[in-house]
Formats: sequence, structure tokens, C-alpha cells
Amino acid sequence: MIGLEHYLTVAATLFVIGIFGLFLNRKNVIILLMSIELMLLAVNINLVAFSSFLGDLVGQVFTLFVLTVAAAEAAIGLAILVSFFRNRGTIAVEDVNVMKG
Amino acid sequence: MISTDLNIILPEIVLAVYAMVALLGAVYGGKDAWAGLLTWVTGAVLAIVAIWIGVTGEGTQVAFNGMFNDDSFARFAKVTILLSAAAVLVMGQEYMSRRGLLRFEYPILVVLSVVGMMMMVSAGDLMALYMGLELQSLALYVVASLRRDSVKSTEAGMKYFVLGALSSGLLLYGSSLVYGFAGTTQFAGIIQAAGEGQTSLGLLFGLTFVVSGLAFKVSAVPFHMWTPDVYEGAPTPITAFFATAPKVAAMALFARVVHDAFGGVVKDWQQIVALLSVLSMYLGAVAAIGQKDIKRLMAYSSIAHMGYALMGLAAGTEMGVKSMLIYMAIYVATNIGTFAFILSMERDGQPVTDIRSLNMYAKREPGKAIAVLILMFSLAGVPPFVGFFGKLEVLRAAYDAGLVWLAVAGVIASVIGAYYYLRIVFFMYFGDEDADGLDSNQSPVLYGFLMASAAVLVLGLINLFGIEGPASMAAAALVN
Repeated sequence: MIGLEHYLTVAATLFVIGIFGLFLNRKNVIILLMSIELMLLAVNINLVAFSSFLGDLVGQVFTLFVLTVAAAEAAIGLAILVSFFRNRGTIAVEDVNVMKG
Repeated sequence: MISTDLNIILPEIVLAVYAMVALLGAVYGGKDAWAGLLTWVTGAVLAIVAIWIGVTGEGTQVAFNGMFNDDSFARFAKVTILLSAAAVLVMGQEYMSRRGLLRFEYPILVVLSVVGMMMMVSAGDLMALYMGLELQSLALYVVASLRRDSVKSTEAGMKYFVLGALSSGLLLYGSSLVYGFAGTTQFAGIIQAAGEGQTSLGLLFGLTFVVSGLAFKVSAVPFHMWTPDVYEGAPTPITAFFATAPKVAAMALFARVVHDAFGGVVKDWQQIVALLSVLSMYLGAVAAIGQKDIKRLMAYSSIAHMGYALMGLAAGTEMGVKSMLIYMAIYVATNIGTFAFILSMERDGQPVTDIRSLNMYAKREPGKAIAVLILMFSLAGVPPFVGFFGKLEVLRAAYDAGLVWLAVAGVIASVIGAYYYLRIVFFMYFGDEDADGLDSNQSPVLYGFLMASAAVLVLGLINLFGIEGPASMAAAALVN
């Protein structure tokens, strides 16, 4: 029997993979965007699992909002990436270093 | 029913409709030729809405089944946000148009992010919180990279986007846990589920994630890495915007979440907020010392100031919220003046941000130098300027709440931090004689804002312009 904790485990694993993807990836900015998307989808799994477990629709409404915002976010991220590529000629993560922080 | 709800969110609707009408008008009309006019009109609209909210708002009203709160806390934050956004828009207009940066999208994006901020400070539900936060952030990512042909600006936009999206992810993961373990997304329901002694571990996990997500937005250490790069890379008027309105909104949202949703478990989040506060104050004070770029310096300064505002919040009392609101209002007033000065720093028509260019500035422009001196002393918290009273309130709130160690740490950090503010003053009055100086910029708008801000910091000594009354009403509405 698959219960709530299984869904939560999958979501937590995906979320952690997403975070590690953001911090350990040294290659390509596109992978950063994919990691962000992975984190948001992990949250969606969480919300839908809780919603079904609680018998409450609010979680699924929340999921729809998150999906919509994630689409807008990806569009803006890609737009910024394109203008960065035009200036710099590369999208490698290690080249995002004009300013040292 | 729906008409009362719509009536309550009328200011937000007006601004959103204004943004869309302005967008359509500019696209089909004069495009960038209208940008200058549009910026001034937008500034006026924001200021009018601020006055409207400040004058007509009364009592506490709840719209859309608790999704949206209109109380005096939200109104205090909204008036601060709207006025600072209007000031920054008007201030940056000349700088941007002279460098070919003034596109009509700029004021429109600022309005949209302001609508997001107004949603944030009024949120009464995790969904409303998230939608407001994203409306604000998405607009800010775009303005950060507004200078499309500059590597620095697009890089700033990209760093801000990636780290901002990470913080939204953390916040959202926390929200999902809170929803699962409290069974509701409404703050009113969460506070019942998160009562003293019966809080589940899952809820505390959710609280921690939400707090980390919010700490990113207020740029508290250890979630501050994006701040210096974004401040340096973004065009200066946009840096000025980042340093004011979004900080107030994020801080107000922070207060809203910890008090409205987790007011029953003060002990649990108090330690986290106190830790964030102490780290921010010290990192802000120490890391700013070696900075040569004044925009980077202001970034570290804002990190330190967020530390002090968080100290007020860490107190977890009504007085703490009040001191935080007063601190943020003073911080915004000071930063508007400081950025008006940074915008006027130029040599041969090019913007300069090197601190050393201020050498012997006092000899060339004694009036402006005195104003900057007042601003720097106020940022450092030197009495008798208003900045000192902001710090005093915060320290007193922390002390009264029993966080004596935090108050002591804050005093020491403010002494360390005073060094780099005083260094700017030192350069202006006793710097190197033959170094390349600044040209004199005669923009009346920037001069006006600089002088007005300095005057506010001196005249505010009398009674802080009476903001103490509204601030304590706001705090009372939030903490009950």
C-alpha cells in the first residue's frame, strides 16, 4: 500500500536533487533552470499528496497556481539567459563571474 | 459580498489597471518617447495612491475569506512602499534617459512589482503570499537586467533570478509542509494548529523553510550572496529601488508570517530570527570595510541594516514590531537621500561609483557634502541624527524581550559598522588633494531629494514626524 509518506519521500528526494543541482552544477546555466523546475515540481507532488490525504481541494488549487507561476518564471529566466548569452557569448556557469561576490 | 471584497482591494486594482493601460498606451503610442513622461505620471500615481491609502484607511477589514487583510499594519507598509517607489522613479528618470536606459517598460514593471508588494504585506493566506511574492520578484528580475547590452546588468539579473527562484522554492516547500501539517493555508487556521506545546515537527520544518525563503528576500546572512552583485550590476536607479521598497515589503511580510501564522510559537522562531540578525549585522559591518565601490558598500550596509530590523522582529513583541517598522521607515528615508547622491556622482558625463572619487568633495560642494555627512552619520547611528533613534528603539525592544546578548552584539556591530560610513566622510573632508574628483552635477531633482532626506533626518529629531503613532497602531493590529 502506498501511503502519504511515500509521496513525501519522493518529493523530498526530488527537492534535494534540485538544490544539489543548483549548487554542484558547474557546467551550464540551462541545468540551473531545470533544477529550479525540479524543486517546484517536488513541491507540487507534496501539495497534491497532502490535498488527497486531507481530502481538501485547496492543495490542488495551490498546485495550479504554482504551475502557472513556474511557467512565467521559466520564460523570464530564459529571456535573461538569452540576453546574457548575447553579451558574453557563453552560458557556462563558471563564466558568470564578471562581479566577484 | 464580492463588491465589498473588491472595494477593499481597490488600490491594488487601480494600480494593476493603470499598469496595463499604460503598457497598451505606450506600445500603440509613442513607445520609448513617452518613457520620461510615463515615469513622472507613474510617480504621481503611486504618490496619490499612497495618500489615498494613508488618509482613508480605517480599522481592520478582511476580503476574500481571509485571503487578504487590510489592517493598519498593511497600510503603514503600503504607504512606505508606495512613497519610496515614487521617489526612486522620479529620482532616476534623468540618469536613465541620459544613458539611453529609459524604456517605457521600466515604470510599468515598477508598478507591477509594487502591486506584488502590496499583496505581500496584506496576505492572509499562503497562496496569496506566494502570488504576491512572485508578482514582485518576476518584475524585479526583469528590471535588474534592464540594461540588455551590458554584461554586468544581465549577469546581475541572472544571479538574482537563480537565487530568487531558489528562495521561492524553499518558501514554497515550507508552505506545502505547513499546509499538510496544519490542514489549511489560511494564517488564521495555521495559528490554531501551531499553538504552544502541540506543534508537530512537520509544522516546525515548514516554518524553518518559510523563514529561510523570507530571509533570502530580506537578504539576511547566510542568504545574502546575491545582494552585492545585484546592487553593483544593476543600473544605479534600479539599485536604489532594490534598496528601498522591496526591503520594506519583505520585512513586513516576514513580520506578517511570524506573527499572524506562527504567533503562538514565538519561542520556536525567535532563535532563528535572532541568529539571522546577529550574522547579518556582523557580516554587513565587517565585509563592507574593504569595499571600493559605493554601490557594493551600500549592499553590505543594507545587509547590516536588515540585521537591525530583524533584531526588532526577534523580540517577538508588539514593541518589537513597532521598532522594526520605525527602523524600516528611517532606513528608507536615509537610503533615498544616499542614492540621490550616488546618482549624482559622475565624471565627464560617466557615472562613477568609486569611493576614492569623493576625495576633497567638501571643498567643491560644501552644501552637498554636509548633507551626505548627515546621511552617513545617520546610517552609522551617530546621535543626534534620526538613525540613532531607530537603532535605540530596536535595541530597547530586544532588551525588553530578554535578548540582552543580542542587544549587546548589536551595539558592538554598530561601532564596527561606523568605520566605513565615517571613512566616506573622511574622504570628503580630509582626502587626497590631487586625486581625480567628481564633476558637479546640477540636477535639481537629485539635489532636492538629497537635501530633503538630510533635512528629514535632522528635523525628525523633534518627534520623528509623528510616525510613532501609526507605527504602534500597526504593531497593535498585527500582534494580538
